[in-house]
Amino acid sequence: MIYSSHSYTPSIALSPKAITGQNLWQRNNCWSCHQIYGLGGYLGPDLTNIYSNPNKGPDYISTFLNSGVQSMPVYNFSNSEKEAIIEYLKAIDQSGVYPNKESVIEATGWVKIKYKDE
Amino acid sequence: MNSKYPLYFIILALGSLLLGVIFGLVASLQYIYPEFLKNALPFIKLRPLHVTSGISWIILGAIGSIYFYLNNLKFYSVKLLKTHFTLYLLTGISLYFSYVLGNMDGREYLAFTPFLIIPILFGWLLFGINLFKTLWSSISNWPVYYWMWGTGIVFMIYHLSEAHFWLIEEFRMNFTKDMAVQWKSYGSFTGSWNMLVYGISIYVMTKIKGDEQMGRSNKAFFFYFLGLTNLMFGWAHHTYFLPTQPWIRYVAYIVSMSEWIVLASIIYDWRRGLPIPNFQKHSMAIKLMKTADFWIFANLVLALLISIPAINYYTHGTHITVAHSMGTTIGINTTILFSSIYYIVGTLNKKYQETTVLQKVSIKLFNGALIVFVVSLLAAGIKRSHWIHFSDNSSFSEMQDAQYVVYILLTVSGLGLLMAIYFIAIPVLKRMMQLIRH
Repeated sequence: MIYSSHSYTPSIALSPKAITGQNLWQRNNCWSCHQIYGLGGYLGPDLTNIYSNPNKGPDYISTFLNSGVQSMPVYNFSNSEKEAIIEYLKAIDQSGVYPNKESVIEATGWVKIKYKDE
Repeated sequence: MNSKYPLYFIILALGSLLLGVIFGLVASLQYIYPEFLKNALPFIKLRPLHVTSGISWIILGAIGSIYFYLNNLKFYSVKLLKTHFTLYLLTGISLYFSYVLGNMDGREYLAFTPFLIIPILFGWLLFGINLFKTLWSSISNWPVYYWMWGTGIVFMIYHLSEAHFWLIEEFRMNFTKDMAVQWKSYGSFTGSWNMLVYGISIYVMTKIKGDEQMGRSNKAFFFYFLGLTNLMFGWAHHTYFLPTQPWIRYVAYIVSMSEWIVLASIIYDWRRGLPIPNFQKHSMAIKLMKTADFWIFANLVLALLISIPAINYYTHGTHITVAHSMGTTIGINTTILFSSIYYIVGTLNKKYQETTVLQKVSIKLFNGALIVFVVSLLAAGIKRSHWIHFSDNSSFSEMQDAQYVVYILLTVSGLGLLMAIYFIAIPVLKRMMQLIRH
């Protein structure tokens, strides 16, 4: 049941470009500092919804990637690599919300999360 | 001693530990000075080096201890053991070499290039064959620790493979499923090594006490089945906030925590029932097992709290999760393995059973430093959680800057922890080298 695709809502299929972005994400160990859905390292911010954040978005991401600010390594991503990473972050953004601030904490201790398409 | 190879595994494990704590300390310095060694050894390299070394310590320490305990029996194949060691030595060298070159295209916790999982899995297979072939004839009368070791090996092979399901396109294309399966595998992978380590703790306690019934008691077997349930289903709390179907998020978060109570209870019973003369024998091994006992209780409270979804909502994605994992890997797994290693050297040479003044002080330093370390992680986590859920648009770097004092505390306590670990590990490493030479 855990391996069945029906167990997951919504089902976001990564495009070939997003897969390239995911490869870059892994090869450069972005997870060492950043989180997705709160999972990852804590030296940088969570990037689950950075794509749709009104104060951030694709242009901000593109500028930030090669900035080398603070402890972020000085990368030298090409334009196509930057586009691929942004495409990956866009797909993540479409899959859901984190932090899920519209969650409902129930008296039983359970948390009812809000899904992206609700 | 039929073969020295179990000791070689333990030496490799101690080497990984000594390296891992250095990587950890340098990484913590980058929280305070973000530009420190940024070009030579950036955090994106330090973290995988630290994590891989830490995991290698636990895995190799457990493998070496179990091989040593099997070595006391009519061992199935020393040739397989030698092959296993050589394979892991070469894989380990390749792994560090690839990390230094920056060739890391794996994922968190298993950052090495996926190709290296093949020799790692093959090594587990050799280990499994050796264990089952050595013990198979007595399976109907196995004490609980044999079951735990056998189960740990089988599930380790499966969950290490599962952690690489992302290489299959069907998984990778579905982002949410891919993430859920990845984090499920990590939970179960940890559960698998816990099976090995907790099995070792019961073995050591049984042998020191000289009471074989301990490993055959109903409580010990209840604990085994509870641990097995945890291994298979207790990963759910990793994925509460992934957008999976609600039923996945309901699964088994309570069972994941209940096993701690039973393990603590077993250790407590063992301490109460230990004949006095044994306190002189293997005194360092006993002291370290008592330390594990303390950390089980300390972690129990935190573990139970963060398994409640309403609390997990605020602690998830913060250093509070790290406080829990550091408390368990350093406070529990490391002390149990140290206890096992001190028990092994004490078994091989009785003069090594005594505890020196430096070792006594080191255990106190270890506990004190780890308490401050965990508390500073909790403080950092609370601050971060507040920023995530209640901040009024302040930036991430503002939140990080506000944590400066906490990160200094974290680094200073990390230094204390490094010193304590070195003071405990180096004497036993030296003794092990002497035993190998003679």
